[in-house]
Amino acid sequence: FQYCLSGHPTLPCNVLKFKSTTIMLDCGLDMTSTLNFLPMPLVQSPRLSKLPGWVLKDGSTFLDKELKECSGHVFVDSVPEFCLPETELLDLSTVDVILISNYHCMMALPYITEYTGFTGTVYATEPTVQIGRLLMEELVNSIERVPKAQSASMWKNKEVQRLLPAPLKDAVEVSMWRKCYTMPEVNAALSKIQLVGYSQKIELFGAVQVTPLSSGYALGSSNWIIQSHYEKVSYVSGSSLLTTHPQPMDQASLKNSDVLILTGLTQIPTANPDGMVGEFCSNLAMTVRNGGNVLVPCYPSGVIYDLLECLYQYIDSAGLSNVPFYFISPVANSSLEFSQIFAEWLCHNKQTKVYLPEPPFPHAELIQTNKLKHYPSIHGDFSNDFKQPCVVFTGHPSLRFGDVVHFMELWGKSSLNTVIFTEPDFSYLDALAPYQPLAMKCVYCPIDTRLNFIQVSKLLKEVQPLHVVCPEQYTQPPPTQSHRTDLMVDCQPPPMSYRRAEVLTLPYKRRYEKIEIMPELADSLVPLEIKPGISLATVSAVLHTKDNKHVLQLPPKPPQPPTSKKRKRVSDDVPECKPLKPLLSGSIPVDQFVQTLEKHGFSDVKVEDTAKGHIVLLQEAETLIQIEEDSTHIICDNDEPLRVKLRDLVLKFLQKF
Amino acid sequence: FPEMSHLPCLCWGAGAGQDVGRSCILVSIAGKNVMLDCGMHMGYNDDRRFPDFSYITQNGRLTDFLDCVIISHFHLDHCGALPYFSEMVGYDGPIYMTHPTKAICPILLEDYRKITVDKKGETNFFTSQMIKDCMKKVVAVHLHQTVQVDEELEIKAYYAGHVLGAAMFQIKVGCESVVYTGDYNMTPDRHLGAAWIDKCRPDLLITESTYATTIRDSKRCRERDFLKKVHETVERGGKVLIPVFALGRAQELCILLETFWERMNLKAPIYFSTGLTEKANHYYKLFITWTNQKIRKTFVQRNMFEFKHIKAFDRAFADNPGPMVVFATPGMLHAGQSLQIFRKWAGNEKNMVIMPGYCVQGTVGHKILSGQRKLEMEGRQILEVKMQVEYMSFSAHADAKGIMQLIRQAEPRNVLLVHGEAKKMEFLKQKIEQELNVSCYMPANGETTTIFTNPSIPVDISLGLLKRETAIGPLPDAKKPKLMHGTLIMKDNSFRLVSPEQALKELGLAEHQLRFTCRVHIQDPRKEHETVLRVYNHLKGQVVLKDYSVQHLPDGSITVESILIQATAHSEDQGTKVLLVSWTYQDEELGSYLTALLKKGLPPSTS
Repeated sequence: FQYCLSGHPTLPCNVLKFKSTTIMLDCGLDMTSTLNFLPMPLVQSPRLSKLPGWVLKDGSTFLDKELKECSGHVFVDSVPEFCLPETELLDLSTVDVILISNYHCMMALPYITEYTGFTGTVYATEPTVQIGRLLMEELVNSIERVPKAQSASMWKNKEVQRLLPAPLKDAVEVSMWRKCYTMPEVNAALSKIQLVGYSQKIELFGAVQVTPLSSGYALGSSNWIIQSHYEKVSYVSGSSLLTTHPQPMDQASLKNSDVLILTGLTQIPTANPDGMVGEFCSNLAMTVRNGGNVLVPCYPSGVIYDLLECLYQYIDSAGLSNVPFYFISPVANSSLEFSQIFAEWLCHNKQTKVYLPEPPFPHAELIQTNKLKHYPSIHGDFSNDFKQPCVVFTGHPSLRFGDVVHFMELWGKSSLNTVIFTEPDFSYLDALAPYQPLAMKCVYCPIDTRLNFIQVSKLLKEVQPLHVVCPEQYTQPPPTQSHRTDLMVDCQPPPMSYRRAEVLTLPYKRRYEKIEIMPELADSLVPLEIKPGISLATVSAVLHTKDNKHVLQLPPKPPQPPTSKKRKRVSDDVPECKPLKPLLSGSIPVDQFVQTLEKHGFSDVKVEDTAKGHIVLLQEAETLIQIEEDSTHIICDNDEPLRVKLRDLVLKFLQKF
Repeated sequence: FPEMSHLPCLCWGAGAGQDVGRSCILVSIAGKNVMLDCGMHMGYNDDRRFPDFSYITQNGRLTDFLDCVIISHFHLDHCGALPYFSEMVGYDGPIYMTHPTKAICPILLEDYRKITVDKKGETNFFTSQMIKDCMKKVVAVHLHQTVQVDEELEIKAYYAGHVLGAAMFQIKVGCESVVYTGDYNMTPDRHLGAAWIDKCRPDLLITESTYATTIRDSKRCRERDFLKKVHETVERGGKVLIPVFALGRAQELCILLETFWERMNLKAPIYFSTGLTEKANHYYKLFITWTNQKIRKTFVQRNMFEFKHIKAFDRAFADNPGPMVVFATPGMLHAGQSLQIFRKWAGNEKNMVIMPGYCVQGTVGHKILSGQRKLEMEGRQILEVKMQVEYMSFSAHADAKGIMQLIRQAEPRNVLLVHGEAKKMEFLKQKIEQELNVSCYMPANGETTTIFTNPSIPVDISLGLLKRETAIGPLPDAKKPKLMHGTLIMKDNSFRLVSPEQALKELGLAEHQLRFTCRVHIQDPRKEHETVLRVYNHLKGQVVLKDYSVQHLPDGSITVESILIQATAHSEDQGTKVLLVSWTYQDEELGSYLTALLKKGLPPSTS
């Protein structure tokens, strides 16, 4: 079974029940909910602090503390909140393990590990954990830096929400929205992670094996194979076939899957990442040349490494050598340092550099030559060093919190400046809404290197899964481009789709299981060649099952020859420990059978033909043996030695199974 | 089928056997041949330097014979013969090593080649190009990654802690497995973590035993001792020479001295010889994930491999007056800069040489450590050693305690000791056999050890059969072992265990039913149906049959499970009834038990 806990296809959270283990696949946190909140300025903003409270059509003002009108929209004036994965669909304390595919898909981890009674283990690669920690640190830091006294809750009341203007009216699952976690919770959550490497086979309870594979999307990003000896589920989440900095995607290991779960495709299927990078560079250069500043709202890790690398190659030729580049984030330094130490997780070219030994990313040189400077925040050293025109990389891409809020306020009024959106997670128009009207230029160059639909269909042709399972969004064209039937997953049989809070039965059927035959038992087997190349052996053995592993052993030796006193009891026990008899096959040639009988001292054998076979009569013994193609029936007096003798003679002609 | 299989394990060439010199081990496991390490001997300058690869195969190409080569770490006694082996003898198959080893190994090889060829003028040695070509055959592996060498052979690396990138390797074919430790260290030090392996229960554990008898005193004491000696010498104006290999122990001792100099505010210069230093430290920075927890945690704030007090050495500095500490390569004083400095400083009793690692026989290092004070140098020149000679075991090898600990972790069925000295190994062998009750071998050089394994055989069981056997059975008693009956189909190389019915079906055969019907005569003048009722009550009353289903059917017959009992009147004697007991071959035990029971007659009727 698969339980879908998140409706966001690129920030998934699914639970898979597979062979009596409960496996959570990713732990994505939907942060688009923050777009409904007012930005959190780092410096007192006269504009934002003087917004009028929102008044209902009927003039009632009871919500004016919670909701503010800004630029023609209504925003919640409160600490921003995130939409958690579903927690009611199944008891999350029963989750045995959580598999993380990349650092963007673990942001809900503290909510799951700290609040649901979760006692299992989380598996992730080292870069995923280290960079995931940085993302969480930045998030917590940006929100805790701006203490907001109030947290709004009245508007969430169902009756009240109905009265609100869009998009607040249509916001889903508002009761599931939660405030950000704290650093102690982050640390507690991360302490439950066990580090794994690509192609490492991890045994779960002896029943299931999980293996992370390189997915090519980010440092340490992985797809996961979940398999027993006979079924294989591939979890493909956030994969890329483009050559950027991470190790290339391992496609071969996904072959022969019974089920392939496909999530985390590109959010901008129509944009070409290479083209976007080119546009990014030219817009940046143009703005700076005209004396304006460039603001790049971004995450502290990931695409920023590629952008810095492009700029490294671009700035001299574009005459930008003297323009300062600032990277402002509480984790900027750590992110830049960490990027240099994961040689084993990088693409071949970067690995080769490390072997020299040189830092794999050229931003080391940008820092050394003072072209790139990094600061934990706009306060402190930065305010002294700050020179304009410049380029600033900072978070958060939602424009609701973090140092970016300050730059939006600072630069928004001048048409010389440009904000360039590169992160695809938020609609840039929604992100800009509370800052309108803006004089500054806005350029949208979303860079999403994850698989597009053409690459998906190529991949599926290549790895040939029996069934594909994906979020429902991928089974129809995007709502805004309903004619683009090429923008959906196309495969045979058609993919099975799921949506938030839905349970799906996965179509795999097991036929076999692994079992081990102990050497002593193997020695005792007598194989018989039935057909050329095919041998059979009947196995009667004792089955031991422990930790989901099955072992066959020799049955215990028959009891010692009983003493006369015990004889009776032994015979009483006979039915209890009956060894199973094999099935029989073959047919009995009457002539040879009669000859055998005669050889064994039966002198009065008489054979009668019947419609279906023969009847062999032993007159003296008053015994009748009916022999047909597929059956033999021995009818005799209660003379056990005679019966056993006849039985053995019949068995000589038959094969045992 | 089945066959007892064996793991021949050949350790050859004055190396991996009972000597610390060079490692090169050949393991055959379930038909696969794997060469473990490809080391050279530092004590020799002739043919004996490299292993004699004709041991592997007299005729025929090495590539055809070997399935893969595994290198445990970058020390030359483990990888020094690799370019010779792959490029000069000829091997084109895969060579596996970790990323740091792959990065560092070619640099040490080139360094070594330069000393041998450029300085000593030797010919018939591998070239720079050969090192490059050799490294192209290397496949880098991650820790704990399962690498599928081919369909049957898989290998997996574990952290060994000995030097940056050192790994232990598990080699597995089917159910059989071997673990090769390479060199390892069971206690974390200032820059590396401790070796770790899971309970993988290999058939054979091949472990180094360099420090087989030593149980070294605590690390802290050794460090204090080292610092005290260095400090005293420097205080009295002497010079301290510490011969090291560029990567490994050197970094640990640098960290140690750096922090000590900082704390004590010392001024005497510390130098590190050769251009390798900075490069070496760079490797440590870029592969910081391979160092210990503490360094990894703090590297963003303070990189432990950026030294303030330690500066690059220039040849001219050796003649400078006044105290100094010099780290110089190589570590066994057999060539290069360390030997040059040693010759300069040996005559002065104020000076000190500290040997922080093991020295193989034949090297200057080994000679002075064994007490020799007059050394014959090149050109018959005699060098008198007046400087103080100290030995400090800083090499990160496991001591006896550590070796025992690793064996306890992995739980092998057999242990094979290599890379140690015979006498010490004998001691350890006894300890392992007595304390851990594991058979232990210590082959001599060139000797093949064969270990017999008796693997269980994995087969595919049909789920139907498994479920039937685990779910039903006459007595669903969980504690009782369950008896299972099935048919093993052996076709090509696949083994499948299925129910006999399925086996028949798959082979297109019909079942042949064998049925028995026995006549049992009973004295009972009553009507047939009354006799039947008596029989039924009798069977019902049997304690032995309490778990069986005994039924009286409307047609007048009785069934006990599948055994059918009917009564007819005797054709001649009305006082006798004939019970027909009928059963199939599969229910023979019960059938024949019932006939025997009924033959004894019925108990007198109570009614």
